Amino acid sequence: MMKLEAIIQPSRFESVKDALREIGIEGMTVTEVRGHGRQKGHTEVYRGREYTVDLLPKIKLELVLPDALVNRVVDTILKTAKTGKIGDGKIFLSRVEEAIRIRNEERGENAL
Amino acid sequence: MKCAGWKCSFSLVPVLGAILLAVFPLSAQQTPATSATPSTTATSAATPEIPKAVNEKLAQLDKDVKAAQSSADNAWMLVSAALVLMMTGPGLALFYGGLVRRKNTLAIMMQSFALMALITVMWALVGYSLCFGGDGQFIGSFEHAFLRGVGADPNPDYAGTIPQMTFMVYQLMFAIITPALITGATAERMKFSGTVLFLTLWFLVVYAPLAHMVWGKGGLLSASLGGKFPTLDFAGGTVVHISSGVSALVCALYLGKRSGYPKQPMPPHSLVLSFIGACLLWVGWFGFNAGSALAASSLAASAFVATHFAAAAAALGWSAAEWLKNGRASALGAISGAVAGLVAITPAAGFVAPMPALAIGLIAGVVCYWMVTKVKAIFGYDDALDAFGVHGAGGTIGALLTGVFAQQVINPIFGAGKAVGGLDGHWGQVGNQLVGVLIAWVFALVGTLVLLKIVDLLTGVRVPEEHEIEGLDITQHGEEAYNLES
Repeated sequence: MMKLEAIIQPSRFESVKDALREIGIEGMTVTEVRGHGRQKGHTEVYRGREYTVDLLPKIKLELVLPDALVNRVVDTILKTAKTGKIGDGKIFLSRVEEAIRIRNEERGENAL
Repeated sequence: MKCAGWKCSFSLVPVLGAILLAVFPLSAQQTPATSATPSTTATSAATPEIPKAVNEKLAQLDKDVKAAQSSADNAWMLVSAALVLMMTGPGLALFYGGLVRRKNTLAIMMQSFALMALITVMWALVGYSLCFGGDGQFIGSFEHAFLRGVGADPNPDYAGTIPQMTFMVYQLMFAIITPALITGATAERMKFSGTVLFLTLWFLVVYAPLAHMVWGKGGLLSASLGGKFPTLDFAGGTVVHISSGVSALVCALYLGKRSGYPKQPMPPHSLVLSFIGACLLWVGWFGFNAGSALAASSLAASAFVATHFAAAAAALGWSAAEWLKNGRASALGAISGAVAGLVAITPAAGFVAPMPALAIGLIAGVVCYWMVTKVKAIFGYDDALDAFGVHGAGGTIGALLTGVFAQQVINPIFGAGKAVGGLDGHWGQVGNQLVGVLIAWVFALVGTLVLLKIVDLLTGVRVPEEHEIEGLDITQHGEEAYNLES
C-alpha cells in the first residue's frame, strides 16, 4: 500500500477529481491548505502599503492506494493537474504499513 | 454659516400672493376660511381701498403659504437628520469595521455606536445649549440646557421655518459623527473606557466651542451672525472635519504605533464591509450637506448637486493617481477617494457651482491619496484608518478652496449683490478661511492633547500589548465578530 499526497492548484482540483473517479478511485481526503514552494507570492496594496502574500491557497489530496494502482493514479494526476507554470504543486509517495477499516476491522488492502 | 439666501425670497411670498390674487379669482381650494365669492375679481385700479374680505383672505393666504413652507422644510430636515445619523451607524461603523483586522471589528463598530448613545444624552443635557445657546464669541450658554425652550417654535436666528426641535435633533447628528471619525486614528489599540471618556470630554471641550464659533450667533468665525472673521463653512469643514482630523493626528502621535506597525502586515479584514459603509456615507452626505440649507430650498438642491459631483470627481482623482502609481485602480482607493471628496465639499457645498465642485473633488482626491500613501509613510505616524489623511487634509483643502470658489449667485450670504469668494473678486475671503482653518487646527490640537493627558491619568488610553495582540473584541468587549464554528 502506498500513501499519495498531492498538492495541486485549486483551479485544477475539479479536473483531477473527475479523472480519478474515471479510473476507479473511490475515496480521497481533500484539504484546503496554504503554502509555497518556489512560486513567489503576490503583492497587495492597501492605501499605498504593500503586503507580500507568500502563502498561497492550494488543495491537498490524500489517497492510500493498493500498489497496483499507484502508477495509474500518479500518471492521471500528472496529466490533469499540470498547467505548466510554477506553482503546479508536488506529489509525495510513502509506504503505508497497515490500513484498518473501523466498521468491521478489515485489514490491509481490503480495507481500502 | 448654515442659513442663507432662502430668507430673502421668503419675504416675497406675500407679495407674490397678492399679485396672484389680483390676477386670478379666488378659488375655494386655497382656503375655505373666508367667504369670498368666486366671482370676486380685481376689477380695476380705480378702487383705492381693498375690501376687508380681501385683506383677510390675503392674511390667511400668507399664513397658509408659511405653513406649507414649514411643512415642506420640516419634512426635508427630519429626513436629513435621519440620513446624517445613518452616516455614523451603519455607514462609518461599516467603513471603519472593514478596514481593521478581524479581531478588532466589533470594538471599532461599538465605538461609533456608543457615541450615538452618549452624545445624544450629552446633547440633551447641555450639548445643544453649549453649541447654539446665547451669543458668545467662543461658546454658547446654558440658555437651552435640558432643552429648555426647544419646542415647536422656530429659532429665527438659525432656521426660521422649522421647529427648533427639528434644528436641534439635526445638529445632534453632526455632533455624533464628529468624534466617531477620530476613532479611525485610535483604532486597534485604544481602551474602550479611555475612548468613551476622551470622546465625551472632547465633545464638550473641542466640538461645542468650535461649533459655536463657526455656526453660533455672535461666534468669532460666524459668516452671517456677526463673526469677526467670517469663515464660510456650510456643513462642517472646520467644525467636523478639521476638528476631528487634526485631533485624530494628535491621538495617533500620542498613542504611538500599533504593535508590529509598520513591519507586520495589517490589511483590511473585509473591504466588502468598507464598500457598503462608504456607499452609505455617500448617500447620508446628502442629508449632511444639502440638509445644511436648513430648508427644502433651491440652495439645498445646489448643495446636493455639488456634494454628488465632488464625490464622483474625487473617486476618479484618487483612482487615477493610484492607477498611474501602481498600475491598478483598487476598490479601496475608489471609495476612499469618494469619501475624501465628500469631506472637501462639505464646507463649500452651499456656496459653489457644479464645475468648481468637480474641481474641489478632483483636487481632494489626488491630495488625500498623496497624504495617506506618501506623507504618512514619511512621518511614520500610525493613523490606522487615515482619519487625519482624509478628514484633516480633505477638510483643510475644502475650507481653503471654499474661499476661492464661493459665489454670491449661489449663496449671497454677505447680502444681495455682495461678493463672497475669490471667483466674485473677493480674495480676502481666502484669508478669512485661512484664519478659520488655523483657529480650528490650533484649538483641536491643544484641546486634544490636554484631554489625552487627563484621560491617560484617569483611565489610561492604551491597552496592554498582550490585549492588543489578542484583539480588542475579546479583551475589551468579551465577544467576537465572527464565530464561524457556531
